[in-house]
Amino acid sequence: MSGPMRDPKGATISFTFDGKTYQARAGDTLAAALLANGIGLVGRSFKYHRPRGIMTAGIEEPNALVTVGDGGRAEPNTRATDVFVYDGLIARSQNRWPNLSFDVGAVFSLAAPMLGAGFYYKTFFGSAKRWMFYEYFIRKAAGLGNAPTKADPDKFSQRAAFCDVLVVGAGPAGLQAALEQAEAGKRVILVEQDAILGASLIRDPQKLDAAWVAATATRIRAAGGRILTRTTASGYWEHDLVTLTQRLAEPGEAPSSGVTQRLWHVRAGQVILATGSIERPMAFAHNDRPGVMLSQAARTYVRRFGVLPGKRVVIATNNDDAYMTAQALKEAGAEIVAILDARPEFSDAASGAVSAGLPVWANAVPSSVTGARHCLSGVTALIDGQSKSWKADLIAVSGGFTPVVHLHMQAGGTLDWNEAAQAFVPAASRQNVSTIGGAANPDPVFPVTPVSNPKKSFIDFQNDVSLADVDLAWAEGYRSVEHLKRYTTLGMATDQGKLSNMAALGRLAEKQGVSIPEAGLTTFRPPYTPVSMGAIAGAGAKNAGAHVRRLALYDVHAAKNPIGQPLGYWFRPRAYPQGQETLAQAALREAKAVRTGVGMTDVSTLAKFEVSGPDAAAFLDIICATTVSKLAVGRGRYTFMLREDGIVFDDGTVWRLDENRYLLTSSTGGADRMATHISYVRQYLCPQLKVSAVNVQEHYAGIAIAGPKAKPVMDALMKADAPRHMSTVPSDIAGVPVIVLAASYSGERAFEVYVEASKAASVWAACEAEVTAQGGCLYGLEAMEFLRIEKGHLVVGGEVDGRMTPMDLALDKMLNKAGGYVGATGLSRPALSEPGRRQLVGLEAISGDIPEGAMLITQKGASPEGHVSAAAFRILEGGSVALGQLKDGFSRHGEELIASSPTRGQEARVRVVHPHFYDTAGERYRD
Amino acid sequence: MMQITCPHCGPRAQSEFIYERTVDSVVPLDAAPEQAMATLFARTNPRGVDEEIWRHTYGCRAWLIMTRHRVTNEISAARAVGPEALP
Repeated sequence: MSGPMRDPKGATISFTFDGKTYQARAGDTLAAALLANGIGLVGRSFKYHRPRGIMTAGIEEPNALVTVGDGGRAEPNTRATDVFVYDGLIARSQNRWPNLSFDVGAVFSLAAPMLGAGFYYKTFFGSAKRWMFYEYFIRKAAGLGNAPTKADPDKFSQRAAFCDVLVVGAGPAGLQAALEQAEAGKRVILVEQDAILGASLIRDPQKLDAAWVAATATRIRAAGGRILTRTTASGYWEHDLVTLTQRLAEPGEAPSSGVTQRLWHVRAGQVILATGSIERPMAFAHNDRPGVMLSQAARTYVRRFGVLPGKRVVIATNNDDAYMTAQALKEAGAEIVAILDARPEFSDAASGAVSAGLPVWANAVPSSVTGARHCLSGVTALIDGQSKSWKADLIAVSGGFTPVVHLHMQAGGTLDWNEAAQAFVPAASRQNVSTIGGAANPDPVFPVTPVSNPKKSFIDFQNDVSLADVDLAWAEGYRSVEHLKRYTTLGMATDQGKLSNMAALGRLAEKQGVSIPEAGLTTFRPPYTPVSMGAIAGAGAKNAGAHVRRLALYDVHAAKNPIGQPLGYWFRPRAYPQGQETLAQAALREAKAVRTGVGMTDVSTLAKFEVSGPDAAAFLDIICATTVSKLAVGRGRYTFMLREDGIVFDDGTVWRLDENRYLLTSSTGGADRMATHISYVRQYLCPQLKVSAVNVQEHYAGIAIAGPKAKPVMDALMKADAPRHMSTVPSDIAGVPVIVLAASYSGERAFEVYVEASKAASVWAACEAEVTAQGGCLYGLEAMEFLRIEKGHLVVGGEVDGRMTPMDLALDKMLNKAGGYVGATGLSRPALSEPGRRQLVGLEAISGDIPEGAMLITQKGASPEGHVSAAAFRILEGGSVALGQLKDGFSRHGEELIASSPTRGQEARVRVVHPHFYDTAGERYRD
Repeated sequence: MMQITCPHCGPRAQSEFIYERTVDSVVPLDAAPEQAMATLFARTNPRGVDEEIWRHTYGCRAWLIMTRHRVTNEISAARAVGPEALP
């Protein structure tokens, strides 16, 4: 024997399993190390808490699931067969209490007749109480490992790559293909999920030895190829994009580079799948017991790791491959007590084994195994219909081979049925992918029909699904394989049916009386093996998922320690408390300053667009639902925009700065949406217009100055007469060019000053000095809310909530009579003018404070007829007021209602009023 | 993730693009009310080839009309629209 196997003289490393320390050799998987330490019982099953051991030597392992690592690095449901031992590895068994060998949950095994397929769904019938009762116990008892509660201390990264040929799987076929492509001058990436190359050659080095593997790898690299080990091609997406999950550290291990996993996005010119096949178990009674192992896995433990998984071995097979296992185990010193060959005639391999003195039985299938102390003690078989038993501590089974067609199917491929191999093999594909090696040409096998107690013959080990569960699902009317999967949970969890799907299909086909291909297949979806959420998040994990945008005046605000509030992408000052002021106290003081003197605030985040060109007015007449083209130079007006279906989606102001140049402002939160809408109208709807629409949102910083003393402040700043309401002039403040707009959101005489963002600080300083000199102060978003609610001004996302028409918001008098704007036709649909629509109203508290978000009802228990969109207090007079939407609200002024918020436990009696609580005539805007 | 060939930039990853809407969902400014209603509320949803409007947002920012098979994701054409693409 030669090959990259465990070095029995190699350095030992230590690891712990359930708190006990053991020794392993470098290169061991955890499963190999556990077997080497004589540990057969590794976990408890999902539903019945049956003792489970190690069944495979690869990623398909259904039973030996452990939690590896500690704290934030803990990785639950790690296959012990898919983690390489490192010094200090900590592993814990799962789904057992108080410990693995004495598990209280094992009583569920006694209840197995009640816990069959669809048990969970059946608890939904009957009273809800009953389900709540069951659910409590199901949640406690069923399940796999627990997710870690601490943050992962390690980083995950992502990388994009391109290649001419991506080869998946570094067995003999994959290595050869990669070599040929690389030496033909192609850019090649070869990926292998194992830590070493060779795949089947590792357990069968007599075919091609380790030297060939090493030499081939060297030649691939020399030709410019890239080889990635410990890397799984986990998803095949559109247009030959394959995602690779690369482990840079083992589960639970501290990565040397700080990065534990890397997710690759590889766009390949061509993909070659050399993914091999997965051996199938056989169905017989108690086939889930520790000591039942797949044949190739047993061979792998002997040849690769030098671990003998059993001393008295029965081999059960329906093909020739298992004879190599008999050979390997015998060479390693095991006694082969029987080879059960399901085939009626001896093959050459079987005859060879007979000549070598091995006890081979034809037409022989295992029917049950017995055990003691969670381990295997005996095997019973049916030979030509006669029962025969042996004492044994291991049964190595081979029920045939399932080609790994997952990636081929994810790529949108189809399958052919290979009768000789009793397996689906890749057929046509709509992407540039081909399959070679064992995945395309599985070994021939003999079909075996299970003969034993179906209740204890498991087909899906991870989900505790037995043949009897498939039968039950069939009896209860589940005919489609997709229904079978969902009803029994077969094929779910970490192994995704890699061992179970074909057995289930076989049973279903048998029930239906059809062939397996006629019974159908479930859908193959990514990922092939589990992928950490961290790898998908990559560098976007933790707080890096969204960028932080800072206001141009961020430092100016930060120096004043405001209470902040996220708005759009930004963090804007909500209030500037003085001393021990609360938010509400500070906001009220700031709002009072605006009502009685002067205040200033940063409005830089408003969406802003500069629209210019000979067709600028025509363009704006399409964007805006109000008439823009009649504006005189130097004038502006309020405007709003509609969706195609006539619903208001944003509002703002539009200003004619010059003959053919306009400034359009709209809401902060809707800025991106508005930018897209403007671009859509410009590029798609009206490409013939001669107009340019530039997003200048972050080009300009904006400062609003509002209050009865705003005019003298602006006069002083401009050293000129400030513009009248809804007018604009270019000016300069502190030597910096600015645009001054006279517009009011607060309801007072007010101005907005727009200045190039990089020069905003000196203008802000000049404004602040002047405002302070007039006895004013800064105000934040909270005060702005108080001011605008009292004034009955709308906010996008509040009153403008994507359901309201201009009529509902009492804006219809402003609509452009000539039409022609986006949404004009949509507005004409009859549903928008029917009675019963919700309309904007003001609400005045009769008793209590109006809770924001409250529903409006006529009496307790009545259906809601509207809701409170924003609530505030009258700034000077006191008293709770709100804006809301009310069914037929325009005609209900004076009516008394209840504003009730069951979620906040608050309630107020309110009177419906006009939404303008303050200066209804609009006299305070003007000088 | 699809690969989309932008007429200006060449083949690029789908993550550079944003899907906007189908071409048949566009309500023309001069649409008759009945036509607008049909476009808004009774759209087709073909299992097969459809024309879609996309934007190369993280690239040249062009608006595109893409002919895509909605099952296989085969993209048979992607052409730019906008003032520059006018005849």
